[in-house]
Amino acid sequence: MAVLQMQRVSICAMKKNRKAVLERVQALGLMEVGDILEDDAGFAHMDTANARISFEKAAAQADRALELLDSYAPEKKSLFASLEGKTLVDAEVMREAASRKEALQRTATKIQALDKQIAEKKAEIVKLENSIESLVPWMSLDIPMNLAKTKTTAVILGTMPGAVAAEDVYRMLAEAAPDVDKVDVSVVSAGKDQSCMVVCCMGRDAEGVENVLRAHGFARPSQVWPKTPAEVKEDLSAEIAKHTDEMEAARSEIVSLADNRGDLRILADYYRVRADKYQVLGTLPQSERTFFISGYVPTRQVGRLEKALKDYDCVIDVEELKEDEEAPVLLQNNKFASSGEGILESFGLPHKGEIDPTMLMTVFYVFLFGMMLSDAAYGAIMAVACGWALLKFPRMGEGMKKSLQLFFWCGLSTLVWGVLFGGYFGDVVNVVSRTFFGHEVGAPALWFAPLDDPMRLLVYSLAIGVVHLFVGFGIKGYLSLRDKKYMDFLCDTVLWYLLLVGLLLMLIPSSIFASIIQMTIVFPPVLNFLAKAMAIVGAVGILLMSGRANKNFALRIALGAYDLYNISGWLSDVLSYSRLLALGLATGVIAQVINQMASMFGGGVVGAILFAVIFVIGHALNMAINMLGAYVHTNRLQYVEFFGKFYEGGGRAFAPFKENTKYTSIKEEL
Amino acid sequence: MSLFEQMGIVYALLGAAIAVLLAGAGSALGVGIAGQAAAGVVSEDPSKFAKVLVLQLLPGTQGLYGLLVGFIALSNIGILSGKPVDVSVQNGLLILAACLPIGIVGLISGRAQGKTAAACIGIVAKKPDQFVKAMLFPAMVETYAILALLISFLAVSGIKL
Repeated sequence: MAVLQMQRVSICAMKKNRKAVLERVQALGLMEVGDILEDDAGFAHMDTANARISFEKAAAQADRALELLDSYAPEKKSLFASLEGKTLVDAEVMREAASRKEALQRTATKIQALDKQIAEKKAEIVKLENSIESLVPWMSLDIPMNLAKTKTTAVILGTMPGAVAAEDVYRMLAEAAPDVDKVDVSVVSAGKDQSCMVVCCMGRDAEGVENVLRAHGFARPSQVWPKTPAEVKEDLSAEIAKHTDEMEAARSEIVSLADNRGDLRILADYYRVRADKYQVLGTLPQSERTFFISGYVPTRQVGRLEKALKDYDCVIDVEELKEDEEAPVLLQNNKFASSGEGILESFGLPHKGEIDPTMLMTVFYVFLFGMMLSDAAYGAIMAVACGWALLKFPRMGEGMKKSLQLFFWCGLSTLVWGVLFGGYFGDVVNVVSRTFFGHEVGAPALWFAPLDDPMRLLVYSLAIGVVHLFVGFGIKGYLSLRDKKYMDFLCDTVLWYLLLVGLLLMLIPSSIFASIIQMTIVFPPVLNFLAKAMAIVGAVGILLMSGRANKNFALRIALGAYDLYNISGWLSDVLSYSRLLALGLATGVIAQVINQMASMFGGGVVGAILFAVIFVIGHALNMAINMLGAYVHTNRLQYVEFFGKFYEGGGRAFAPFKENTKYTSIKEEL
Repeated sequence: MSLFEQMGIVYALLGAAIAVLLAGAGSALGVGIAGQAAAGVVSEDPSKFAKVLVLQLLPGTQGLYGLLVGFIALSNIGILSGKPVDVSVQNGLLILAACLPIGIVGLISGRAQGKTAAACIGIVAKKPDQFVKAMLFPAMVETYAILALLISFLAVSGIKL
């Protein structure tokens, strides 16, 4: 349980070894490269922005190609694919793939080009289909649509809004242009929205006729073809078929490229790693012959770094961090406690001067989670499922692994609490024995059943809360002692402990407490007196000392009184632990409801089948929702109640310069 | 014996009904509100489905708490085992009163938690890595439903018929 000590390591090496040294440092992944020396006339920075951007682009291209492959030729993935982690790739394979990078990049570009082609074809087809759609009302027309005139007549083709019959058009023309006599109107189609028509008239009247028609909303079609609509439709359909074929061809070509998936993944990672390298390279100061690299390295790893670089001519300088330097945080915990690191990280890593509370937090986490879920069968299922996944997929991502480990422990804890409280799928033993075997057998609780004596468990829950809070408060005291702030330790920790313990000791013999536990506890008078004395000394001490930073006496007392008000905070914190009881009851009682429902169909074969169905579905749901509840509320107890007493967080995570891959992890021969 | 003296068991049943009904309605409202926000996020980014589903589920617990208290009340008056106990008017009203906390607090907190969950689904949409923190805000609201559940449960199971 510790935050790893960091040191600043600066390396000065020959430029000719630049590539090798940088790659070594990156492969080790031990150093967080930071900005180094102040600007010096002798040193220059290399401009790597262009190289970096081109690598990033290449990586993005490979990513995009992989995405496209996934959408055109989806890979068969097992249900647990997300647990499998990155594929392990030999450095040799990586190098081999990198040597073919131009060809692979062409493949990636080709996949993208084919996808673009498909998209264009699709758009083209839609356009053609729209054209066909617009031709539908003209279908019965038997002249080419662009025919404008014959020797003496004019042909006017167009649409009018609404359903219009030939007589209507004749009437319009007769009213507005009585001198036009030779007109032929044929309506090709009349619909509710528009009517299509062909109007023939003498060439000299054409303009007049069209103006009259326009006044009634006549419009020429937006698209005209030199063929009859039926022929046009045929042509367009043929074109659509051609596009569809080409689209299919492109699609199957993409699918045929799916074999390159593995290589493309390596390529994407290769470029990603190089982009990172060039990003770092751009920050390094370089002289004519040498270059510098410097950054944070965990103290215990400095030796490894030095050993790895000893073959190159370089100077390695290791120095302690300055007092005020805020180093990046890397946690180091044993196998059990490291499983809780994810929970801690979600809240915030310890900032400078804080200790790493992971170990204590994880112990309480597992303990409290088990108490909230408290069903032996649920716990066993959780532990077995997490254990199986951990064994089966040893290469899963680090974060996932930690979470599963945590839930494995939580499952075991749930199992223990379930046995203590006698919960096995609620009361399934009783229900099954009663329904199917005629006489009721119970699975007795090793300790006591919360349903029979909820008040007792409430008291225990609150007592566990007091312990949890006192431990957290104790850590704060320990920190003041460690930093040699003895006055703080006395005033902020010892006085509060005096007050709180005194109040607790006063509460225990009181009649309220007696009615809760249905038992009267009598303390010897000395203890009663001591309790009062402790409470009074604590309270007076806090009143006087809390505002000690203030010279003004009245203000100091006021601040003390305000701090004393925190006692209500302690009360609400402790009461918050009543959720341990409530969530445990919720699991147990809902499980009982499910069992009761399942057993409603009585004994016999049909009863047993229905029982099994309801049992499986019901308990799966109950387990899921109560695991969620236990997870959320354990987090809350840790974050709000426990951390509220001593922990702020806000440290910056250690982000070493390493091979930040997405799909593969590279096996180095070190 | 007049009709009013036989109303005990009706009051008790009414209590169980109120616990289940109001708390369930609260959860339905809450899960509904959160679900609308969740659907919006999934329409933009389907990969966030699991995370927003968890957040949507959080206001669902009030309904379960109501069910729990209702179940305890029903088994207390013997309805579940098919042998109803003789419940006096006084005891019936006691059970009714005992069911009120989880019913009323369940209704209000379920709705409030749903709104909080909807807002937190917004956190997941913008900053998926802050999921654990997003889960904590709705849990704050739930605390009060848990307190109400405790009192209702202790009161109902404490009424000896």
